[in-house]
Amino acid sequence: MAVSRIQHHGSDELKNSMHELSIAMSLVDLARQEAERVRGRVIALHIKVGPLSGVFKDALLSCYEMASHDTSLQGSQLMIEDVPIVIYCPQCRAERTVGSVQRFCCSVCSAPASQILRGKELELVSLELES
Amino acid sequence: MTQEPRLVEVRKNILKQNDVVARELRSEFRRSNVFVVSLVSSPGSGKTAFLEKILTLLRPRYRVAALVGDLATENDALRLARSGAPVKQITTGTLCHLEAAMVRNALQTWDLAQLDFLFIENVGNLVCPSSYDLGENLRLVLTSVTEGEDKPLKYPTIFHSADVALLTKMDLSQAVEFDEPTALANIQAVRPGMQVLRVSAKTGLGMKEFIDFLGSRRAGPREMHVSL
Repeated sequence: MAVSRIQHHGSDELKNSMHELSIAMSLVDLARQEAERVRGRVIALHIKVGPLSGVFKDALLSCYEMASHDTSLQGSQLMIEDVPIVIYCPQCRAERTVGSVQRFCCSVCSAPASQILRGKELELVSLELES
Repeated sequence: MTQEPRLVEVRKNILKQNDVVARELRSEFRRSNVFVVSLVSSPGSGKTAFLEKILTLLRPRYRVAALVGDLATENDALRLARSGAPVKQITTGTLCHLEAAMVRNALQTWDLAQLDFLFIENVGNLVCPSSYDLGENLRLVLTSVTEGEDKPLKYPTIFHSADVALLTKMDLSQAVEFDEPTALANIQAVRPGMQVLRVSAKTGLGMKEFIDFLGSRRAGPREMHVSL
């Protein structure tokens, strides 16, 4: 019985991290295409992940190892840059950050924020290649 | 002597592939003049019950169809088919969300021009579907009164990926002591200005309002949902 319970947890964890796995696989595909185009071996990938992208950084890091295994990207380093949520505040008439994802309002004047300018990024910014 | 590594700028969306397919779907939906609505929620929030009711109510006046995503079983498709509308089940296996390519594959044998409304019920999950654009015109996030008031605070991203929120199972509100003002405040805290509709598939509460809303969105300028 103990074994089946462990398996149950295992499959739940896998299920919960599955979307990071498909994102990691998309990342590997994209990076391989780009690396082929510029003819280089990738040592590191720089990506941007916004808080509203729906991606958990730690899950993506471990999924990347899995997804890059046995590909030309195996052993390359995934460098994740956190980006803040930036909104346009109609009160301040300026770009502002928000209090938090749970309190989506201007960090300066507390006006509710509905115009999101940044924070949904899920972007491959650059590749570091071996010369 | 080893040379310094060189840096090559890429600046591309990691889900570019999905976005390309979603864009193609969106133009196909526009060409065929079909209004596409997707539903996301946690498992058990009442997506299928709500959709069955909506399909049944829309059927006399409109040509409707539905796609439904689940990890396994065709149970939901069978339930939805009771409405008389064409229904197709997408079984995702271990995948916790629908992707645009799955929608495209499922639609291959349907003539979209013969439809007024297409509904896409996503896999029950409040996390993963938020990253994937399916080309839909409108995305609904459902949260039921039995789940409590704090789902928006726990899963803010899905509320950002959706256009409208539905409070479902309103008939159970009193039985579970649902604190509606708090739930509404939580939605507004994570997504200021978000439109919220209260519904009960069981009693029919809010169904007319929802159908009127759907009609106005279909007739009005199509606001496109784009998840980056």
